[in-house]
Amino acid sequence: MIDQAGGLAVSDLAVRFGGVSALGGVSFEVRPGTITSVIGPNGAGKTTAFNAITGYLRPTRGEIVWEGAALTGLRPSAIAARGIVRTFQKTSVFPSLSVTDNVLVGLHLRGTAGFLDVLLGRRRLAVEEAALARDADALIDFVGLGHRRRETASALPYGEQRLVELAVALAARPRLLLLDEPGAGMSGAEKAVVSGLIRKIREQGVTVLLVEHDMRLVMGVSDTVIVLNHGRVIAEGAPAAVQAHPEVIRAYLGTAG
Amino acid sequence: MKTAGASVFTLILLTLPFWLGNPYYLHVAIMAGIFGVLALSLNLLLGYTGQLSLGHTAFFGIGAYTSALLTLRLEWPVWPAMLGAVALAALAGWLIGRLALKLRGAYFVLVTISFAGVVSLVSVNWMELTNGPLGLPGVPAPALGPWSLRAKEAYYYLVLAAVALSYLVCARLVGSRIGRAFLALRENEPLAESVGVDVTHYLVLAAVVSAALAGGGGALYAHYTRFVSPEVFLFTYTVTMVIMVVAGGKGTLAGPLVGAVLFTALPEALRLATSWQWQMLAYGVLLLLLVFFLPRGIVPAVVVRAEAVRRARRAVK
Repeated sequence: MIDQAGGLAVSDLAVRFGGVSALGGVSFEVRPGTITSVIGPNGAGKTTAFNAITGYLRPTRGEIVWEGAALTGLRPSAIAARGIVRTFQKTSVFPSLSVTDNVLVGLHLRGTAGFLDVLLGRRRLAVEEAALARDADALIDFVGLGHRRRETASALPYGEQRLVELAVALAARPRLLLLDEPGAGMSGAEKAVVSGLIRKIREQGVTVLLVEHDMRLVMGVSDTVIVLNHGRVIAEGAPAAVQAHPEVIRAYLGTAG
Repeated sequence: MKTAGASVFTLILLTLPFWLGNPYYLHVAIMAGIFGVLALSLNLLLGYTGQLSLGHTAFFGIGAYTSALLTLRLEWPVWPAMLGAVALAALAGWLIGRLALKLRGAYFVLVTISFAGVVSLVSVNWMELTNGPLGLPGVPAPALGPWSLRAKEAYYYLVLAAVALSYLVCARLVGSRIGRAFLALRENEPLAESVGVDVTHYLVLAAVVSAALAGGGGALYAHYTRFVSPEVFLFTYTVTMVIMVVAGGKGTLAGPLVGAVLFTALPEALRLATSWQWQMLAYGVLLLLLVFFLPRGIVPAVVVRAEAVRRARRAVK
């Protein structure tokens, strides 16, 4: 049992779409400072769990507790303000903005300028904007896109767009980062870059919850692996233990019985 | 170079009434300015948050009627009446923003159209308040101390100041984290939410500022023509505003102003150049050509061209 003050605790989380049960009462915990992966065959409910945790859909039943407070019913932006930021399964950037502007939007919560400050052109605005621009630069360098700053996001190759996405999410300064298939569609080399980044992000004290299909990536970075199948947790533990779990093998390989 | 160009441009605008000669041209310039305010206002919603308001005449008309009624019925001085017009239009913008919170795209368009329809019907049918289709004649001209701004020359400067102020408001918003939140709403709403941008808050804010500016434009119009009738709610005005924003370049600061000048002057120029049968046809053909060859609008096209020239020059050096 984790300390109530830290980490994420999901208990009995259920989501139904009409008559279809996408998640049937799932419970798991994410300890602070770890990388936890959720795996499972397509349709197992991984993304549904992400959407419920981050407020994009309302669970039918169950509770999500983050740092001791319930998140259920909050809007995504309010959940982001509490330190939980997610990325999306499909590439998701601000397409016609430059890489820098993409990251500057990500820094939104770090700005404080209100409507009147902006209208009156207060001097501290310029100071704040300069600080945000420096932060944006540092984040862009962190994901290795220093040479792309001024380019329009939609003009970048796929792998680089995913890195922009990561920089945007990091800009919101998450304490819990949810990554939905960050390696999808990437080359082996790009995946290696991403797993390196995920480790570095954890080293900075960010807890990471990962949904991913690439087993090499998952087994390489995770402290804990949770296996979902048909909307239920069928196994949970260290990567090696989970890999050897008979039910996991059955779910993935479809062994008779 | 750039500052020199800007000062020449400013000088031209400031001296316009002295060398334009023909008062009719000055009238066109004043109308271009009023439409400039309206186009800037529409652009804030359409160009930055990506939401199309086809009911923008509602805010324009509410501004015009409010300022006219406050001066005529309550005998307010013109300046506070104009502020009242801006405030009431902003309130209407807030209402629309709240109503349209969860609506996007076509549904947002429908809400704005319906709102304009309702306000227009009120202006026609609430005889006691608005004098119905007969309208409100005798709206007073503003005065600056002992000097009346009734003359076109004087009113031109008032409109110019209003355009400059509206531009400043838009420029400051757009260059801030608020403007970036507007853009994020246009570009990718779920992603914006995921990094903590309270999208609905910013949509309401954009609607309020946009409506306030349009209301100010309405007040300017009322005290210039000194007559307000339900015609201020004509759908044609909304269409004209949309054309100005799109042709000038939506999502740019200068685009709506370029569009406003062009599409206020164009019909007048065509009226001089051709007979009335050909006017609308020529207008339509020109608009088609513009959209076809400069799909993103005039200002973005010029910016791209200038950028290419600069790059070529640098390459030569």
